[in-house]
Amino acid sequence: MSPREKPALLSDKKLLQERRRPMSQRHRKDMIFRGICRGVSGMSASLLVILLVTILTEGIGTLSTQFLSSSPDPDPLIAGMFPAIMGSVWLLVLTMAIALPLGISAAIVLEEYRPKGSGLRKIHGFVQLNITNLSGVPSVVFGILGLTVFASMFGLFGNEGNPSAEVGVSFVDQFYNEGDFVLEVPVSAASQPEAVPIAGMRVFDPAGKAYELNLVGDDAEWPEDSALAKRSLRSWDVPGRIKDRRWWYFRLPFGRGILAGALTLMLVILPIIIISTQEALRAVPSSLRDASLGLGATQWQTVRRITLPAALPGILTGAIIAMSRAIGEAAPLLMIAGIVFITRAPGNLMDDFTAMPLQIYNWAGRPQKEFHDLAASGIIVLLTALLLFNAVAVFLRQKYSKPLS
Amino acid sequence: MRRWQERGIMGVLNGATLFSVFITLAILWVLGAETTNFFAQDEVTVGEFFGTTQWNPLLGSEKHFGIWSLVCGTFLVAGVALLVAVPLGLITAIYLSEYAHPKVRSILKPALEVLAGIPTVVYGFFALTLLTPALKVFSEGFGSFNALAAGIAVGILILPIITSLSEDALRVVPQSLRDGSSGLGATRFDTSFKVVFPAALSGITSAVILAAARAIGETMIVALAAGSTPKVTADVRDEIQTMTGFMVQMALGDVSNYGVEYYSMYAVAAMLFVLTLCFTLLGTWIRKRYREEYE
Repeated sequence: MSPREKPALLSDKKLLQERRRPMSQRHRKDMIFRGICRGVSGMSASLLVILLVTILTEGIGTLSTQFLSSSPDPDPLIAGMFPAIMGSVWLLVLTMAIALPLGISAAIVLEEYRPKGSGLRKIHGFVQLNITNLSGVPSVVFGILGLTVFASMFGLFGNEGNPSAEVGVSFVDQFYNEGDFVLEVPVSAASQPEAVPIAGMRVFDPAGKAYELNLVGDDAEWPEDSALAKRSLRSWDVPGRIKDRRWWYFRLPFGRGILAGALTLMLVILPIIIISTQEALRAVPSSLRDASLGLGATQWQTVRRITLPAALPGILTGAIIAMSRAIGEAAPLLMIAGIVFITRAPGNLMDDFTAMPLQIYNWAGRPQKEFHDLAASGIIVLLTALLLFNAVAVFLRQKYSKPLS
Repeated sequence: MRRWQERGIMGVLNGATLFSVFITLAILWVLGAETTNFFAQDEVTVGEFFGTTQWNPLLGSEKHFGIWSLVCGTFLVAGVALLVAVPLGLITAIYLSEYAHPKVRSILKPALEVLAGIPTVVYGFFALTLLTPALKVFSEGFGSFNALAAGIAVGILILPIITSLSEDALRVVPQSLRDGSSGLGATRFDTSFKVVFPAALSGITSAVILAAARAIGETMIVALAAGSTPKVTADVRDEIQTMTGFMVQMALGDVSNYGVEYYSMYAVAAMLFVLTLCFTLLGTWIRKRYREEYE
């Protein structure tokens, strides 16, 4: 056999096939496991698809501009989620306004001002462990905490119906007279006794126009003339006291209002913001800090001019993840607000509120199919908001993720 | 001047950091004080709370406060969730870290992230309107509220947590170990299960424990799909109630602010807090204590 010729075994494919050893058990195991892996991963991905498709098909039918702009209603055909959307917007803005400064500050201390003494380092480690544990606390426990600390304030300031301090509220005593006209008497403080009809006192109609009160005698006939009847009362007429709240209305305790809800959500997302900001700060190369410090900058100047700007994309991404968490969180809000029938957007910080996840929970918990469809529509709105947040996060990551070292 | 400014800023920043400690103290104080109030009531004793299994604080002439039926419900749901999520999550993690082509990875990872970002109330809706009807097809025994549907949904919820934490643990195992194993003729399967997996075991254990803590504290899914009948049972077709489910029921009902029922909510919350805290601490400790260090 000349050296140029290939051995018969290698050139003959058929022979090669026949002589090959059977696949060893180890390799077969490997193949099988690879198959299982593909199957399982495909299943997780298809779960997502099933979930989204179910919700889309159920909810798309009831999704309309009318659904977005009208308020909840016992009749599923005309119900909408406008108050819930506005509630979520208020909550999100307030929560982020409180949580971001707090969280970023804490992260700066934990990452940039690492203490050198052993005692301080122990405290540092303790705070870090504490934040890890806080991130593991179930959100419903934060809800209970918020209910006690923010909503009722340990009962130290009276209760919601009778708060010990409030500003931005005016009281009006409202009479309904026999001619079904409404007459109002302004009251300077909640403690003032109810107004008693006196002839000649100043009264107002609901539009705010002033009149002189005409007191009709106990035995006298009710005046025929409507202009006179409009400003007439009997001596035994009793008013109801109406509370008129301004947009800057504020009270202690906060009660089950939107501020208490936002503060509670802040507790939930604070650990998330702290941890993600820490990671963003850690990713800034220390050469940048050293250079700044070496040029004579103080620690704070270094943080403000060098580290924070460099870590900003990471911090913003973390903030958006925290926002996504806050907008979908239902349990703590449920503890604070409960399920209440709300037909308008919140008007002040203490207003009762509902939010998108609460409205979805409310609809999903009802037995009728029509309400389940509404819940699915609500979920589409909620997921769209989440999708937008995530798109912004991805955009930020793409745009600003240039290497720093 | 600059020194004062620096000190002022330090003060503000430190204040923000201490705030996180205050939150923990506030949780301990509120839960501790109100739980003490609960046990100070005539209707309940510590022995009854920890020693009996009937939980019935709202209805009926006689109220019962035996926490174990709520704890049992909680663990039933969490158990189902772990049975679903641990095998699926670990296999997915091994696939992502050891087998998957970068292209597959770049699709699968974001998909899991999206799953992780879906609000829990959505999973609750999913469990109630899709899983439960599907389960009813298989067996007549399923109620319209049942532990299995809620457990599966919680499992889907914690699946991304287990996957991403375990994958992190698997990926920090140095490549040299894998290369050494392959060089000795091991298949990928052998390398994964005999070399990489044991090396990452502490991280994987802590991932499972942290996911369990999440499953125990999960609220909206069980509030929607698991029902509101506390009982000690291992039958997943039954309607049950978890600790979190009870708290939601209390929040929705018009219960006066001072009755024993109201304080019972705090006692349950304290129990839940202690349980999840133990799990979180254990998870963190295992990760630190048993971490394999490589050069």
